[in-house]
Amino acid sequence: MYFQDKYRIVSKKAIGRDIYSFEIYCPEVAKAAVPGQFVHIRANGFTLRRPISICGIGEDTLRIVFEIRGEGTAEIARLNEGDLIDMLAPLGHGFSLDPYLKKVVLIGGGIGTPPMLPLAKYYGSRAVAISGFRNASAVILQEDFKKTGAETILCTDDGSTGIHGFVTEPLKELAAKGGIDAVYACGPMPMLKNIAAICKENGIFCEISLEERMACGIGACLGCACRTVRNDEEYFAHVCKDGPVFNAEEVLF
Amino acid sequence: MADLSVKVCGVDFKNPIIPASGVFGYGREYEKLFPLNKLGGIATKGTTLHLRTGNLAPRIAETPAGMLNSVGLQNPGIDHFIETELPYLLTKDVAVLANIAGSTPEECAQVAEKLEATDVHMIELNISCPNVKQGGAAFGTSCEMAAEVTRQVRKVTTKPLVVKLSPNVTSIADIAKSVEAAGADAVSLINTLLGMRIDINTGRPILRNNVGGMSGPAVFPIAVRMVWQVANAVKIPVIGMGGVSSGRDAIELMMAGASAVQVGAAIFTDPYAPVRIVEEMNEFLDSKGIASVCDIIGTVKPW
Repeated sequence: MYFQDKYRIVSKKAIGRDIYSFEIYCPEVAKAAVPGQFVHIRANGFTLRRPISICGIGEDTLRIVFEIRGEGTAEIARLNEGDLIDMLAPLGHGFSLDPYLKKVVLIGGGIGTPPMLPLAKYYGSRAVAISGFRNASAVILQEDFKKTGAETILCTDDGSTGIHGFVTEPLKELAAKGGIDAVYACGPMPMLKNIAAICKENGIFCEISLEERMACGIGACLGCACRTVRNDEEYFAHVCKDGPVFNAEEVLF
Repeated sequence: MADLSVKVCGVDFKNPIIPASGVFGYGREYEKLFPLNKLGGIATKGTTLHLRTGNLAPRIAETPAGMLNSVGLQNPGIDHFIETELPYLLTKDVAVLANIAGSTPEECAQVAEKLEATDVHMIELNISCPNVKQGGAAFGTSCEMAAEVTRQVRKVTTKPLVVKLSPNVTSIADIAKSVEAAGADAVSLINTLLGMRIDINTGRPILRNNVGGMSGPAVFPIAVRMVWQVANAVKIPVIGMGGVSSGRDAIELMMAGASAVQVGAAIFTDPYAPVRIVEEMNEFLDSKGIASVCDIIGTVKPW
């Protein structure tokens, strides 16, 4: 079930360089939304909506965190508290949640970090949240992750804060210790490819959230194709409807 | 309330608005937002003889007041369409235009032949897809090829046959006359205009296919001009499309000569666009005291 309407932005915060957090009052969307889904936002003056992952699911509100990547997201970032935002939401196939899992690892790379937060809220102290950023000034959401009770591990490419290196290093260490029931990840494709390989090697269930240029957002136009394998057959799945979350073993990188 | 119904090639449409092929799939996704019977018709996703996987991603790019696509006719094949999608659509009280395509005139005819035993209302023959290497646009850009594929499909179908024309030609009116002479019952236009965008940071085209079909409000004036030229060149009905995003746009295209109007990229901006456009057309007609939408078809008074 999804809806399209204009919803009130109840709070707007700049949480990083060119990164904004909106809290949006949208009771029917919030009730239907699950972690891993996205919202499709209209940018005034643009033909295509912009898909943005859900970073928080409240009783009556959703939180989204997005980065200005181009003119469309810059237009969305001009909206202010009290303004209406045109959303088609909630869309897509989210993460598989399992209340019986004892230990999960959540991995976010850069602006792929926000969709990990609802998972941290769900798994709480059973989660280890690994976040990777370019440098200290790009770091977002670490306090939010700590509040969920999840253990947090921070990495930066240049070592300006946290561990100097990629998110895959702490993942390898955790995998070597054993006891991980699932890995969930979102971020750049090379990062996801490496995570998928580590999980496969260690026999760990792994789901990844993908991104692709998109038009309709609901599976009608077939714009956001993604090469996958299902039942031993290669086929083009669509990130908006079959994803954005896929079992990592199905994705052909 | 104005009378919005139109008749095209003997097929009744309760209003002139039809989501264009490719933007609407087979209707299931949009039915979660509004009932399909609010539409005049539905042009289904272009269907070929066998399953096609389409092009590699990215398939979509934004352009000023529009977009590019290079989906490449991804579809499950005509048998799946006839077994699964068509029976469902035929229960929806809406005219169904089965959009078909193929790599050769023979393949197009084979697809049309399979539809002959169904209750589909119309066949829309796509001779203008810019995103597949063989067929598609190749048929649509020469009068001889356009006529040949039309003739072959005409031979095997008694359904009303609409031929969808490419704007990527020197004279679309000449192509329209050729397909009319070859037996087309109507023409629909315009398909997308071939375009390209380059990511200047990487030097790579944004589309993996390098080029793709452009649509959206930016192409609307071209659609108006081409519909007008074609409507003046042929006696068969014209179904207009290209950048329509409001009731006023649809009225304008009908004044240029369109008997019905397809809506494409606008649905990506506003998923309710086809339904809103019907309401806006009604408001316009009422405000002008025009009793029937048919009364505006081709009424432009050129200087």
